[in-house]
Parts: sequence; C-alpha cells; structure tokens
Amino acid sequence: MVVLALQCLFCEAIKTISSQQLYKMKTFAIQNTKDTRSGFGEGLHELGKKNERVVALCADLIGSLKMDAFIKDYPNRFFQMGIAEANMISVAAGLTIGGHIPFTGTFANFSTGRVYDQIRQSVAYSNKNVKICASHAGLTLGEDGATHQILEDIGLMKMLPNMVVINPCDFNQTKAATIAIAGYEGPVYLRFGRPAVPNFTPVDQHFEIGKAIMLNEGADVSIFATGHLVWKAIEAGHILAEKGINAEIINIHTIKPLDAAAILASIAKTGCAVTAEEHQMNGGLGDSICQLLATNNPTPLEMVAVNDSFGESGTPDQLMEKYGLTATAIVEKAMKVIARKK
Amino acid sequence: MTNIAELQSISSQMRRDVLRMVHAVKSGHPGGSIGCADFFAALYFEVMKHRVSFDMNAAEEDVFFLSNGHISPIFYSALARSGYFEVSELCTFRKLNSRLQGHPATAEHLPGIRMASGSLGQGISVAAGAALAKKLNGDKHIVYALMGDGEIQEGQNWEAFMFAAHQKIDNLIVTIDFNGQQIDGSTEKVMGIGADIEDKMKAFGWTVLHMDGHNFESILATMADAKNLCGQGKPIFIMMKTEMGYPVDFMMGSHKWHGVSPNDAELANALSQLPETLGDY
Repeated sequence: MVVLALQCLFCEAIKTISSQQLYKMKTFAIQNTKDTRSGFGEGLHELGKKNERVVALCADLIGSLKMDAFIKDYPNRFFQMGIAEANMISVAAGLTIGGHIPFTGTFANFSTGRVYDQIRQSVAYSNKNVKICASHAGLTLGEDGATHQILEDIGLMKMLPNMVVINPCDFNQTKAATIAIAGYEGPVYLRFGRPAVPNFTPVDQHFEIGKAIMLNEGADVSIFATGHLVWKAIEAGHILAEKGINAEIINIHTIKPLDAAAILASIAKTGCAVTAEEHQMNGGLGDSICQLLATNNPTPLEMVAVNDSFGESGTPDQLMEKYGLTATAIVEKAMKVIARKK
Repeated sequence: MTNIAELQSISSQMRRDVLRMVHAVKSGHPGGSIGCADFFAALYFEVMKHRVSFDMNAAEEDVFFLSNGHISPIFYSALARSGYFEVSELCTFRKLNSRLQGHPATAEHLPGIRMASGSLGQGISVAAGAALAKKLNGDKHIVYALMGDGEIQEGQNWEAFMFAAHQKIDNLIVTIDFNGQQIDGSTEKVMGIGADIEDKMKAFGWTVLHMDGHNFESILATMADAKNLCGQGKPIFIMMKTEMGYPVDFMMGSHKWHGVSPNDAELANALSQLPETLGDY
C-alpha cells in the first residue's frame, strides 16, 4: 500500500507537465521503484565477494537492513550484535585493528544519536575505517513515529572531524555508494531509507565520493537536493519548466566533503539556490551550502527541510506532504528565491 | 624472562615518571596510575609478546587496550620505558603540540596507542572487536585490556561482556583495577558495584581470576593462568586488587589522589619513597 501511494505521489507532478513548456527539462526514465536500503543490501552482498576484508555487524535488524544475502553467503564475516548499538560501534572500531572493514547496520537514529560518543571517540577521533550504514532515515520511516524518525543525523555526523557523510538518492546509487565506501580508508556515514522510491540513476554506476552530479543544466535557479528529495527536485524541475523557469538540478549525494566547486559554479550561473533534504534545516545540506555561499558568494537561498520539529506517525507520503518535503514545496521556494534575486 | 627484582625496579621508575609528569603540568591522574604501575611493568616487560616497531594492525603480536584512559601517565611511561618512543618525550605530557595527550589518542600517532580512550566504558568493546579480528585472521595472539572499577558503572561494559561471551571470544583477557575509589569517593558509596562482581561476571559467561596488583608473583602467576585458559571458549576477567596511590604513604587510603597533582613538597616526599632505578627522564 505504501509503495502504491508513493508511486501515485511521485507521478502526480509529471502528469501536470503540459506540452507548452518553454524549457526542455531532461527526462529520467524510472526503471522501477525500490527502497534504497535494498541497494545497500545488494552492495554489501557484492562487497562480500569482492573484498574479503569487509565484515558486517547488525543490531537485531537484519531484515530491515537487507543484510540477509551477505549473511547467507558470508556467515563467518557477519556478527549479530543484539540490541546493543554502543557495543556494536566500538567492536567495529576494534575490528579495524587487524585490517577489517566493518559495516555496521541499524536504523539511522540508533546509528547516530544513540551512539554519538562511541562514534566520536572510537571511530571519528581515532580515525578508524568503520562504515556506519544507517537505514530508515528521516520522515519516510513512517508509522513508527518520531522516536525512530531521526532528522538530525546528517548534522550530528558532519560535525565530526574525519567523518564522510553520504546520502544517495535511489537504489542504484545506494548500491554504488556502498561498494565505493569500502575503497575509501576512513570513517563514513552512509544514510538511506525505508520506502520504495523511483530508481532512475544508471545501473552499475561509478560512485565518486564528494562529486556532485549534474542532473539538469539550467540558468534561473540552482536546486541542490540530497537523498529522497532528488527525485522530487526532478519533478519540481518539470513543473518549473512549464512555468518558463529553467532550473539547474544537482544531486549532492555527499554532504561532507561538500563539492564546493560544483555548487559555486552553479551559483555563478543562476544567482540563487534552493536546497532540499529530508532532514532538519539546522545541520543539514542546506546549512552546509549556506555556510559555503555566505563565505564565498552571498546568494539568496531557500530551504526545503523540516523546520525545527520532530516528526510523527503517518504514511511516508502523508508525512512528506505535511512537513513540506514535496516537489510543490521546491517549486514554491524556487519562485520565491528567484523573486528575491531580482 | 625478566626477574621480579627487575620488574620492581622498572615499576618504581615508572611511578617516578608518573608523578613527575603530572607535577610538571599540574594536572593528570596520579593515584590510579601509580596503583597500576606493577601491572603495566609486568604486562609490557614480561607478559605480552609485542613489538615496539609499531604496527597499528598488531598482526601476530599481543595487543593491549587501556579503557580507563585517564591513567594515561602510566601507559605512556610503560610505552616509553619499553622502547616505543624516547623516554625524554614524557616531559611533553599534556602540553601543547604533544603526542602525549591528556587521554590516549591516535590522532598524534604516538607509537603504542591504537585507540583513543577517556570517555569511559568503551574499551572492552574495542578489545573484543580486536580479539575477534585476530580470530578472523587466524592470529593466535592475545588481546589484553584494563578497565577501572568505577568504570564498570558504564552500561556499555555489560553489552561488551554479553557479546564477548556469546561470541566465545577466548583470546581476550580483561583486568579490572579494583582500587575501590573513583572521583567522588569510594565505589561502594558512589554506586555500589557490589562485592559480587565475580558472580556477575561468571553469570555473564566469563572465567574469573583474582590477583594482587602489588605482588609480582601473583601478577605473573595469574597472567600465566589466564593465558593457559585462552582458547577454551570463554573470555577471561581478572579482578586485580590494588591501592590507589600505592606505595606512597600519603596518597593511599582515599580517593583524594584520583585526579590532583602533587605540589613541590608532596612530589619530593613521594619521590623519596620511590627509588630512581633507571634514571629519570
């Protein structure tokens, strides 16, 4: 039911595109709708074969994290940690001493806020090669409600020195990111989600940490989106094109290190920005881009993000609608920010 | 084999190092540090099979983790005196740009330190992870860890105890420094950790041994027993009785010397009770 509802929501914007659009927005074929956590599961499974140093740990959420295939084929390299996340993070740090590459798996809330000090001391400060893989991030966890819907995790993680923060947008990209981070030496926070969302990026793509991806070149406004909001940014781009607005759309899958060059180059063309993310305004992608622009090229900017609020129970699409994380919201912010620059 | 007289000589010098380091910067944790001096002397000069040519991955050697990172002075002294770095570097302890941070850190790349510690309760998990890594690698060496007794109040320890027993991590020897003191007073007063720690640990599936942390015969014999018990399906927990501040007369008997530095007169008094055996740094 959730999947169907989401599909309906995602298709809504596309249906509204008229034949009169002034700008040709690049189109992206939806290969299927899949959850990004399954991309992680496939990526991890592939890593099991590719890299014997990769080991996996899970705090009693194997099914939710889609780790079953890895466990089936590489049982000796998997450790069930029970409901003991603090121990899991520190054990992972210990496993690096011996050359292993531990991938920890639990919900984003329990991957960050619950274990912040363990990550801070034993992973980030000690600069250990631990990959913290976090599912069910943001509002789209849905019905479980605010206790489980962390919207602060990007901020928590990006504040830690040495930590890389990645939030891919779809199944294919999450799989590619999972494989890529094993080749990077150092702490990584990989954030993904629960619901099935449009899968539109290339199969077996090469994922480059810290390299923003240009989705649509434009001249009127830069839309910087991450995670589930990337597809909504594409939908927004179509709506804006219909209104005669040529939006540049960039997928910022890596929040830290931020691709400053790509962002500044885009702003030099458009002169204004909208950021979009399934996260608090405080501490998220928008916050990072504000800092970059304020210190390099002060620019009108609007944010699509949760405004200093916890989430609540509901279906994923109901929550995204209620908290304003929609294509429509991106369009409104784009119109507003374009007006501000004039 | 280092004989006991030599170990006594080393630990006396290490205690002098600790007190001089803490006195020099008027900060640090001398009480627990000198209380564990005999343990560190035995560990680094007799018990562990380790290389001073530092390898972060500790392949094919024993490895040690200090969970109660605040007793860093004795850790640094043990590392320097056993050859990981020059003894003269001890004078940089807690000073700006030093590799000898207030609590152990890897960021400054001090040989012998493999994990930051100081925020308590994490070291046993780390040690369990490192022990698991050795098992995965087919490395038969042992992982040692030291924790404080007040530190056992941190809940993560109990997660680690459960985990290590469940995974049958039997190449792990954890020693707890039972000096009965923590910052705010005696451990029993602050948060009764109980006289039944042995029962608790046994119930958690660990093998429990006892030793006198101020008696080298006891330390060496217990450590030998612990090594022999490795490979039998259970992690090993050693309850080490020590006295905070031992053997400096005015530093023993309370928690007062947990985290204060001696003044000039107190340092002179303490050093007069600790023979200089290997030369001060």
